[in-house]
Amino acid sequence: MQPLVISHYTIVNCLGPGKAATLAALESGRSGLQPCAFEDARLDTCVGQMADAALRPLPDALAEYECRNHRIADLALLQDGFEEAVRAAARRYGAARIGVFLGTSTSGILHTEAAYRRREAETGALPAGFRYATTHNTYALARFVLDRLGLSGPSLVVSTACSSSAKVFGTAARMIEAGFCDAAVVGGADSLCLTTLYGFGSLGLLARGPCRPFDAQRDGISIGEGAAFALLEKPGSHAARACMLLGVGESSDAYHMSAPHPEGAGARLAMARALDSAGLAPGDLDYINLHGTGTKANDISEEQAVYALFGPRTPASSTKGWTGHTLGASGIEEAIIGLLALEHGLIPGSAHTRQLDPAVRLDYAIENRSARIDTVMSNSFGFGGSNCTLILGRPRR
Amino acid sequence: MTLFVEGVGVLGPGLAGWRSSRAILAGEAPFHPAPFEVPRVDLLPPVERRRTGLPVKLAIWAGQDALAGTDIDSGTLSTVFTSSGGDGDVIHEICSTLACPEREVSPTRFHNSVHNAPAGYWGIATRSSAPSTSLCGHDWSFAAGLLEAAGQIAAGQARVLLIAYDAPYPEPLNSVRTIGAPFACALLLAGSRSAGTLARLALRRGQQGPPTRICDAGLEALRSANPAARALPLLALLAADAAGRVDLEDSCGAVIALESRP
Repeated sequence: MQPLVISHYTIVNCLGPGKAATLAALESGRSGLQPCAFEDARLDTCVGQMADAALRPLPDALAEYECRNHRIADLALLQDGFEEAVRAAARRYGAARIGVFLGTSTSGILHTEAAYRRREAETGALPAGFRYATTHNTYALARFVLDRLGLSGPSLVVSTACSSSAKVFGTAARMIEAGFCDAAVVGGADSLCLTTLYGFGSLGLLARGPCRPFDAQRDGISIGEGAAFALLEKPGSHAARACMLLGVGESSDAYHMSAPHPEGAGARLAMARALDSAGLAPGDLDYINLHGTGTKANDISEEQAVYALFGPRTPASSTKGWTGHTLGASGIEEAIIGLLALEHGLIPGSAHTRQLDPAVRLDYAIENRSARIDTVMSNSFGFGGSNCTLILGRPRR
Repeated sequence: MTLFVEGVGVLGPGLAGWRSSRAILAGEAPFHPAPFEVPRVDLLPPVERRRTGLPVKLAIWAGQDALAGTDIDSGTLSTVFTSSGGDGDVIHEICSTLACPEREVSPTRFHNSVHNAPAGYWGIATRSSAPSTSLCGHDWSFAAGLLEAAGQIAAGQARVLLIAYDAPYPEPLNSVRTIGAPFACALLLAGSRSAGTLARLALRRGQQGPPTRICDAGLEALRSANPAARALPLLALLAADAAGRVDLEDSCGAVIALESRP
């Protein structure tokens, strides 16, 4: 594919608002996972919850979008000079020439969950003033971001569970290729809700303590929340030193709705397609940010896929022990952690992983390492067998 | 951006497949919106036929309908699924369960709650490891799906199967999001002309303007209520084998203009 410049990016999650908070937490070894005290959930698990005090009400003009998911998205847009950068890009390209392609898994379903607890006793009706289209509907996130940033380009929301906000990078590259837009805001947001907490609980996939990716004793995921955005542009002079999106690979497992292929066949195909799309060989990668959710089945499936392509030498880790699994936001959250790794020469370790599963043959980083990183890969695999791999890197010489 | 249509699928009240619906959509036979019957989806194994809801069945049936009569291998075909939002029945069940003290969410219902459930079941049934995406665009989902499919073709994909589907939500969600009758359609799109080409589509995103409506009052009611049925004016052109232009709206009021030529 034609590489795209990632000219600006921003990230929020339980580690705090902005790139600096995520980087500082990784460098200082501070995980954001805490015992679950979200709403009145009674679940013996940990979550990566954002501080409620940081999630400010939306401006009056955007009140119709008011919900936790959009407060998290709004907080991200306000960090790292991202909003200003997009407004400047809109002056260059025109507001209608910047696409908005976002990913979410559950959007603002928390708002509907609350409304269902306040249904009218006799008729079962939802409370007066309940807003569906601008909160819970899966497309609400794109409408909010279009309005918030004053954009009017082509837009859509990808909702393919945990690969959602990785796949938007592919959509953006194709939309630019087709000429529907000149630049794109890609991103994702997902927020804690009872649907995912009790849903993953029903599948027996919630870790009791904080998640421990690739640990011999791992027992499941810790759900997190967050939002992240990036501005993608065609290569040009104004951002010549920025990192780039080099390749995207997508595949389907065609195996099971909620279990990964045991040998990671779909994951391997996504990685191979990403390498092909970037014109790179496995040996060109300096760091792999694994999907690494911390479930027994997911991690071993991914290990086999990565080992089959890369062998034992490429440094790899999962960062979900720091942030929790931010589900539909995890694709771009971890792509951005990959960019931070590249810019700061940091291979992030794996929080809460104590003893590596002896079946793991990868060069798995439990502790932080310093290294020169030019090219990173980020894996995202979701329910329904939806796989996406991104390759990001410095401009090639 | 130019696309070539190689197959069409349609399913809705009084529209049970492309072949039998062509005359109706072309205006040559009357539209009788008979009560919708859920068709049997042969592609799904019996267990999954029982477990899956209407959106999955609508999408898979329409996708198969578009491939009927072609020799396309569904096992290697890229797919784009698009709909207004999630599966209303599943969301209703989960939110109702979560409003009870026990909160005993069914694991099957939870994994069926993902927006890409139709794509997941399609992939399993067709044994396809090809890329697949699942989009939402509220009222503008069909236009969003067309742009994504066109983008895939611009990026070098030879063929893409676009499937748009929407099913009504149960109460109380129906009162806050009314979808009308169930409807799904599918377009098998290609990047170049072939022996199987039915029509050529020129697609561009342009200035604001009103969307194209459809003459028949019954079909227009379906079109204006169900986001997937926003495709009906295009299907009417394709059914009539006629040249013409269809304008679709997106959420910013821009027009996705499609010029069709047999």
